[in-house]
Amino acid sequence: MTEHVVIVGGGTGGTVLANDLADRLEPELDAGDVRVTLVNDDPDHVYKPVWLYVPFGQREPDDGRRALDELVDDAVDIRIDRVSDIDTESQRLRFDGDGPSTEYDHLVLATGSTLEPDRIPGLTEGGHNYYSESGATDLRDELLAFTEGELVLSVIGTPHMCPAAPLEFVFMADDWLRERGLREDVDITYTYPIQRVHGNPHIAEWARPIMEERDIQVETFFNAESVDPEAETVTSMEGTELDYDLLVTIPPHGGIDLIEEAGLGDDGWVDVDKHTLEAEAAENVYALGDTADTGVPNAGSVAHYQAGVVGQRLASELRGRPATATYDGKTLCFIETGMDAASFVEFDYENPPSPAPPSEKLHWSKLAYNESYWLTARGLL
Amino acid sequence: MTDIEPDDTVDARGAACPGPLMDLIGKIRSAESGDVIRLLSDNDQSLTDVPEWAEEAGNELLAVEERDDHNAFYVEKA
Repeated sequence: MTEHVVIVGGGTGGTVLANDLADRLEPELDAGDVRVTLVNDDPDHVYKPVWLYVPFGQREPDDGRRALDELVDDAVDIRIDRVSDIDTESQRLRFDGDGPSTEYDHLVLATGSTLEPDRIPGLTEGGHNYYSESGATDLRDELLAFTEGELVLSVIGTPHMCPAAPLEFVFMADDWLRERGLREDVDITYTYPIQRVHGNPHIAEWARPIMEERDIQVETFFNAESVDPEAETVTSMEGTELDYDLLVTIPPHGGIDLIEEAGLGDDGWVDVDKHTLEAEAAENVYALGDTADTGVPNAGSVAHYQAGVVGQRLASELRGRPATATYDGKTLCFIETGMDAASFVEFDYENPPSPAPPSEKLHWSKLAYNESYWLTARGLL
Repeated sequence: MTDIEPDDTVDARGAACPGPLMDLIGKIRSAESGDVIRLLSDNDQSLTDVPEWAEEAGNELLAVEERDDHNAFYVEKA
């Protein structure tokens, strides 16, 4: 009997896992004892960290796109389709349109985050973002035409993809505007939902003095409730109103509805054991990356490390051995502090981050990693 | 024990900081004025985070109930 592993989602987690399994299970795949299918609703794999650089004219969205069939090992079946139903009782997935349903023996959900700007009245019309390809290119056009006024960066709700990116954006915007001689004519304000500038207290403590040095205004306890695109104001649940000329937001995020419909967790995030990444509400289901509700950042490095853990566990299970690999919360992020300097953090469930002093070397390390990311996607790095 | 009947409960036990407060804010966001939300948190930081935010946002922290391994916060949306 052939054991069927189905991975839903061809982002970092799903793609790294598909290639990991192709390598790890080569004998079983060759013998036809195991089949691995990667399902994605887009023929391309998208590397989202590229979007941070698009508004500053340094990268193009296409730099973050590659065809999945070029990245994924030929031993993996790729199915370009959209799942319409996850039935964890009969272990079956159904698809949009006329596509045949498929049974699985092991399911991995790596469906990631989606943007939900419509949850905030006026945000779609009034706000810009760099959390989508079209958002990043629209923001680039706005930024290029922006020479004076109030630039507001508002983080609306967490969790969101790449918790460092809001800090990076304001640090980069500050530097970019200074280089262009425009900084004196632009006020930058950063808003965050809780009482500090970042969810992680260690990163917040590190970032706050840098913001003060760079004259970046801060509004904490600011949870945007509505945007008035006509009056160009954003109002918080706490009653603060800010004027803006250019509003950049991190829109509310959610997972896909299918997860809640399948009873696997709320808001599209799968309730998992944060060490084994097994779903709590169903057998033979794993989740990884943003989809897994572990409390660690929604970051590519997390999805990458988790994919290795799930790959090892699945290989053990398929070979009839106890699965022993566990995820320890490992997270790794470069944090841009300007256009030519960056910091770096590494942490896990037990050890908090300690941001490295910003340097040009770390900035180039980040850019070099972004180039070599394609080796990660291929399961090589 | 309090006899307050919450309209909704957010169980954020096991979530690391700032998860519990953000979960509460998310629930309050979609609640009606006058609704009482109960937050369950086993993170000690919530003992300072939640009262601070409730005051800032003008919502009333009606009670904090100490239980064996977590706390229950009752917040009424203004």
